[in-house]
Amino acid sequence: MYYLLLLPGLLYLIIFHYIPMFGIIISFKEYQPFMGVEGIFTSEWVGLKHFQKFFNSYYFWDILGNTLAISLLKFIFGFPAPIIFALLLNEVRNKKFMKTVQTISYLPHFLSWVVVSGLLVTLLSTDNGLINIIREAMGKESIMFLGDPKYFRQVLVISDIWKGIGWGSIVYLAAISGVDQEMYEAAYIDGANRWRRIWHITLPSISHIVVIMLIFSVGGLLNAGFEQIFLLYSPAVYSVADIIDTFVYREGLQSNNYSYATAVGLFKSLVSMFLLLLTNFIAKRLDQEGIW
Amino acid sequence: MYLGKPTFSEKVFNVINYTLLGLLTISFIVPFLNVIATSFVSEKELIERGFVLIPRNFDLTSYKLFLRKGSVLVDAYKVTIFRVVIGSLLNLLVTAMFAYPMAKKDLPGRNFFLTMVFITMLIGGGLIPTYMVVKSLNLINTFWALIIPSMMSVWNMLILRNFFYTIPPSLEESAFIDGATPFIVLTRIILPLSLPSLATIGLFYAVGHWNAWFDAVIYINEPEKYPVQVILRNFVLNMTAYELELEESTGLGAKPPSVTIRSTVIVISTLPILFIYPFLQKYFVKGIMVGSVKG
Repeated sequence: MYYLLLLPGLLYLIIFHYIPMFGIIISFKEYQPFMGVEGIFTSEWVGLKHFQKFFNSYYFWDILGNTLAISLLKFIFGFPAPIIFALLLNEVRNKKFMKTVQTISYLPHFLSWVVVSGLLVTLLSTDNGLINIIREAMGKESIMFLGDPKYFRQVLVISDIWKGIGWGSIVYLAAISGVDQEMYEAAYIDGANRWRRIWHITLPSISHIVVIMLIFSVGGLLNAGFEQIFLLYSPAVYSVADIIDTFVYREGLQSNNYSYATAVGLFKSLVSMFLLLLTNFIAKRLDQEGIW
Repeated sequence: MYLGKPTFSEKVFNVINYTLLGLLTISFIVPFLNVIATSFVSEKELIERGFVLIPRNFDLTSYKLFLRKGSVLVDAYKVTIFRVVIGSLLNLLVTAMFAYPMAKKDLPGRNFFLTMVFITMLIGGGLIPTYMVVKSLNLINTFWALIIPSMMSVWNMLILRNFFYTIPPSLEESAFIDGATPFIVLTRIILPLSLPSLATIGLFYAVGHWNAWFDAVIYINEPEKYPVQVILRNFVLNMTAYELELEESTGLGAKPPSVTIRSTVIVISTLPILFIYPFLQKYFVKGIMVGSVKG
């Protein structure tokens, strides 16, 4: 009888996860959208043709490079940001101020990227946007931040941090709140100043959670942030912003090259899966608990 | 905890720390103030002043334009509210029904089903094969295309299962002896005991539905079926599709400038979250802590 309870969820997993996994075979075939469902079986096998086409195409290195560059930039600047934020917040003695800052900083996490892109477009507009108004008041030229390859990635990284820094700090704050307060008092009596207490007590106390978060973030290395980029980019910045996911969308649903787009998507999935298994393995090796 | 009188360097640290955190907090607020102010600005004031943080006179033209009966945004709100309510309730039902047997450690076949769940976390079909499934089920351009393809989040399922572990088995034993089916036990005993967890997970689902837009972009081609987020996206990216709607504004006074129109759409589509958020915030924080327990 328990199995009857499982039925709706099971059907969902099969129809929307396992059947699409089976549908991946079209990446080894010459499938056309007009062929319908039976075309998945009847279309001609072409082996690794679509993969070869992708690896040999001149944009392959651009797309892979953009994907890695954007996600690495987000990692380098975005990973330490919530840790530093949590450490600074923990040094605040005024509880009311602390609560207010926390509450406000979590908010952007609950906004969709659509809303954030709306805020960004308004803020960065060359026509009455706040940032460019300030630049002009300082006697500088206004900049088309979203249309200039020089600035586009900076916008991506900063807005990503802006959206996630508060929410990301929660795990670190929780770890910090578990630190035994007597250690701070003992350190104070021994003459340790504030910096020393942060450096020798707070940081080592949260290092295990930092390591866990660090390991997990490697698994998402090929996720450069589809929604954010898809909403903000334009052909003017494709050279620095086109990533695997946006390419799959354009090739697949806009140009109707289903087989080719699925092959590119499969390439990404396989690399991601490898990274995830690798990090889980490393996590277990380091005597941390794995993801499963 | 008393750690003595602050030294000079600690005072300097405090000043810098409060300043940094204060500036960061301001950076979270200013973009909202910016769009709220811009949404009230008339063409005349915008040309005169260039940039406005506090408008001199509040011009409500663009609000009248979007909040009247039959406007694209009002229609889209109906879709969104319908989606959030129906979608979250179905999500919760399916998730609870799956999580409950998974919490029975001696259920035969449990490991098989759990492995099935874990595999979906590792690899998926990807954009195109999923789209093909939705299409072959004739869900394109239907409301259900926004609900069924995201019926259950396996993360939420595991969070709920972890909570079910903490319910003592003795509570359900007598019901089973009296001949109750697992479904009866789940709905009459387990779920009433799990209301805090259900509320947290339900909120995660609800926010997900509220914020979702990409599924509507790919599965829905008929503009009258778009949810709020898609309308907002269209106004941010390219307003020309709504020229007709904007033309109708001439009856309401001077046509507002396009930045004002865009800001108004942002404000109207974000305001509910801004109002509800402070009250729900603590449930979300609790939720992430529950989720950090190993599955």
